[in-house]
Amino acid sequence: MTAIDQGQAGGGFGLAQYLICFSGIVWREALRFIHQRERFISALVRPLVWLFIFAAGFRQVLGVSIIPPYETYVLYEVYITPGLLAMIQLFNGMQSSLTMVYDRETGGMRVLLVSPFPRWWLLTSKLLAGTLVSILQAYTFLVIAWFWDIEAPPLGYLTLLPALLLAGLMLGALGMLISSLIRQLENFAGIMNFVIFPMFFASSALYPLWRIKESSLALYYVCEANPFTHATELIRFALYGQVSWIDLAVVLGCTVVFLVGAILAYDPASGMLARRGGS
Amino acid sequence: MAEAAAIAVPALEVDQVSYFYGARAALDGVSLRVDPSSFTVLLGLNGAGKSTLFSLITRLYASPVGHIRIFGHDVGREPGAALRNLGIVFQSKALDADISVRQNLLYHAALHGIGRRRAEVEIDRVLAQVKLGDKRGDRVASLSIGQMRRIEIARALLHRPRLLLLDEATAGLDIRARADILAHVRQLVASEGVGVLWATHLIDEVDAGDQVVVLHKGRVLAQGSVQAVVASVQAADIGDAFARLTGAADANTEQRP
Repeated sequence: MTAIDQGQAGGGFGLAQYLICFSGIVWREALRFIHQRERFISALVRPLVWLFIFAAGFRQVLGVSIIPPYETYVLYEVYITPGLLAMIQLFNGMQSSLTMVYDRETGGMRVLLVSPFPRWWLLTSKLLAGTLVSILQAYTFLVIAWFWDIEAPPLGYLTLLPALLLAGLMLGALGMLISSLIRQLENFAGIMNFVIFPMFFASSALYPLWRIKESSLALYYVCEANPFTHATELIRFALYGQVSWIDLAVVLGCTVVFLVGAILAYDPASGMLARRGGS
Repeated sequence: MAEAAAIAVPALEVDQVSYFYGARAALDGVSLRVDPSSFTVLLGLNGAGKSTLFSLITRLYASPVGHIRIFGHDVGREPGAALRNLGIVFQSKALDADISVRQNLLYHAALHGIGRRRAEVEIDRVLAQVKLGDKRGDRVASLSIGQMRRIEIARALLHRPRLLLLDEATAGLDIRARADILAHVRQLVASEGVGVLWATHLIDEVDAGDQVVVLHKGRVLAQGSVQAVVASVQAADIGDAFARLTGAADANTEQRP
């Protein structure tokens, strides 16, 4: 008896097999998503609450001047929509990391990690799978927002796609890196307090940075250094068919750093999981 | 000549492997060998180091000291080639309960680069082997613990591995389910030529024809055929041999300053 396809000396895989592995991981993530409808609903309700309640309530208080990419005054709801898209991806990225911690506790993560494919491929595939789910959520949110008279240029819905992909990868990679550092599922509550909320509030998602600069220069610098700000701005410009090159560079750079960090953390040679009793 | 060399390659070779959690040695210079078509019982109490050893063999952890080879492929240097030959049943449940048996197995097939069409054929084969062909479309959550274990064994066999690791595979099962699973895995050794490393703390899972490795507090105290291990300490049976070996090791540890 031989392992399937063991014919190739050294056990190397071809491109087709790499793609089978990738599609299998995406398919499993989609199944998980379908079976957890409450996850989809809560992922939608959260930004919709911000849009329908918070933004409507603060419309008069938080006026927005004309700043790129906008060419005219915009309603506050319009301003925060890109931030809420980024918020969907932030929560999805952290949800993925929660899933990975859960998988590690229940053994599902081991099934993934003992695959003979290279670990970087397994983790990147999982990251992409999670990002695709977040993109689906983001577009569903935009459809609902459209009925709320929040419309972008038609082309913007297309140019938004690569921005959502990149932002989703960056935030997913961050979540993956965090998941490697969490020992138990219970510790995830800390992620809400120490990662999600600070990243979201200290960014340009809810208010333009010039407003923050007026009130606190130190906070402005914090916001500027926050990768989530750049993900938000990348999405904002893409939604209007434009590219913000600095934000693109920052998001790309952070994606690489976070992903490499996660791959190293999950590399058995680093021993990080084992040292914390990760089995 | 080449055929003779191929036969000589062990299914699993663990060579002087040590592993530490901080300053504590979980494994201390462990060496063992599993041959193709053999059933080797890794016998040890809870905390002996069995699960750590399995984590090293499956490359969940990396071994800083020593070497682990699966059919001659070093797990650290050629993980892909090594892991392709390996099927594993983990101690803790590792099935996705929300999806069906077939979907769990398709996922595993994809993780081994097996396409959908071929996977469906292999799924039929392994489910027939574990006598759960009628559960193909059932949600895993609806299965009994014993059935879940058999599905995990089916999953481990799906990519036709030549080495099977089972870590406390009968944990939580009743006597009949335990006997069924044990008999099934022994049959695989005979019919498919699979090398099996069966980790357990239950003496009654050892059969007279098995190979045994006694692991205690991270060290191998004895290994060989059941008869050889029993004879080495002039014991009455394997249970007695295990008690004498571990008792002597504990006494030695206590005597150390």
